[in-house]
Amino acid sequence: MTEPTPAPPAPPPAAPAPTEAERAELRRHGILLTSLEELYNWGRSRSVWPLQFGLACCAIEMIAASMARFDIARFGSEVFRPSPRQADLLIVSGTVTKKMAPQVVRLWNQMPEPKYCIAMGACAISGGPFKQGYNVLKGIDRFIPVDIYIPGCPPRPEALLHGLMQLQEKIRGQKISGPDAPRHLRADQACDYPVPDFGEHDLVPPQNPAVWHPPAPSAPEVS
Amino acid sequence: METVEQIRDRLLARFPGAAVTVVPNPGPAAQHSLLLGAERAREIAEFLRDDPVLQLDYCSNVTGVDWPGHLEVVYHLYSMARKHGPVILRLRTANRSDQVTLPSLTPVWRAAEFQEREVFDLFGVVFAGHPDLRRILMWDGFQDHPMRKDYVEPDDYEWEPTAHGDVLAKAKRHAAAAGSAPAAGEAGA
Repeated sequence: MTEPTPAPPAPPPAAPAPTEAERAELRRHGILLTSLEELYNWGRSRSVWPLQFGLACCAIEMIAASMARFDIARFGSEVFRPSPRQADLLIVSGTVTKKMAPQVVRLWNQMPEPKYCIAMGACAISGGPFKQGYNVLKGIDRFIPVDIYIPGCPPRPEALLHGLMQLQEKIRGQKISGPDAPRHLRADQACDYPVPDFGEHDLVPPQNPAVWHPPAPSAPEVS
Repeated sequence: METVEQIRDRLLARFPGAAVTVVPNPGPAAQHSLLLGAERAREIAEFLRDDPVLQLDYCSNVTGVDWPGHLEVVYHLYSMARKHGPVILRLRTANRSDQVTLPSLTPVWRAAEFQEREVFDLFGVVFAGHPDLRRILMWDGFQDHPMRKDYVEPDDYEWEPTAHGDVLAKAKRHAAAAGSAPAAGEAGA
């Protein structure tokens, strides 16, 4: 007579995924635990290639950041590409005039995904000291999505490096699947943006409503 | 260098009947200028450039002024050979709307080419005889002349974070025109 075979033992419950702190602790002991997502984002964030593109005095600070004293090569971004087809990062470094704005949007459209945009300095953020001028765009974020804003007039190279580090942090936090995935990993998101035309009095349209709308007032002002 | 009055007298002797008057500058700079009639301005300019006493071979600056009844173009002339200057020329259009043509001085001083294009672009003065009269700062399809006093700028005051003064007034006008749209981000509105 045969004994009934015992039921196979239930598998042990899956261990919870290690937290970032536990991974860091293990890394100190020479054990590397990683995920595809972390590895992918780590690689991407460490070699962001900017477009070699300057608009005004902020570009001088950007050039200084790339030279020996500030040395943007420490962050893997020293390869300034002269072609938008080879660049990951558009640093809008300076005043965007309305005459230049369609060309900036066109450069952005020519860059392959994944791509990121840094608005460097007061002019690229809002028009800066030329905000009330008839010929200056009141912020490049009216036409293309901006990831990092760096205030300053112009920002010092340290500020640009800090902005780059913030961008790297943002890249490291991106998901590679699911509804929170960035634009370039989702089929339902367009990756090119309409280029404005030169109108008789202003750009047509003056802004891209899919990208920009006036921010709501943060607090009611007493007048 | 000769005074402006001496230059005027020599010009009137050389070009009888030409309209040459002195516009005095009462300020401390005392840079008096010569107002030329548009008809013979080109001949007078060539004379000023080639005259052996003056030899005004360098046009350093061309700019425009929008006066209530007319447009004005101002030329600043120096002499590299004689190391003197400036001699200031003014040309005036008949009005601000349809008679805005002036003779171009680019054939006399090549340096005036881009600056006359700029005056054409921003003030709307048409330079007859200019070799390449196109807009230089704004795009070709642009209709306005932004440096004129009556220029109406595009209304993009939908968001003014720290508006005050004139900007606040414009932002309020924009908010009123936009009705109760959520574009009411104007400070103090």
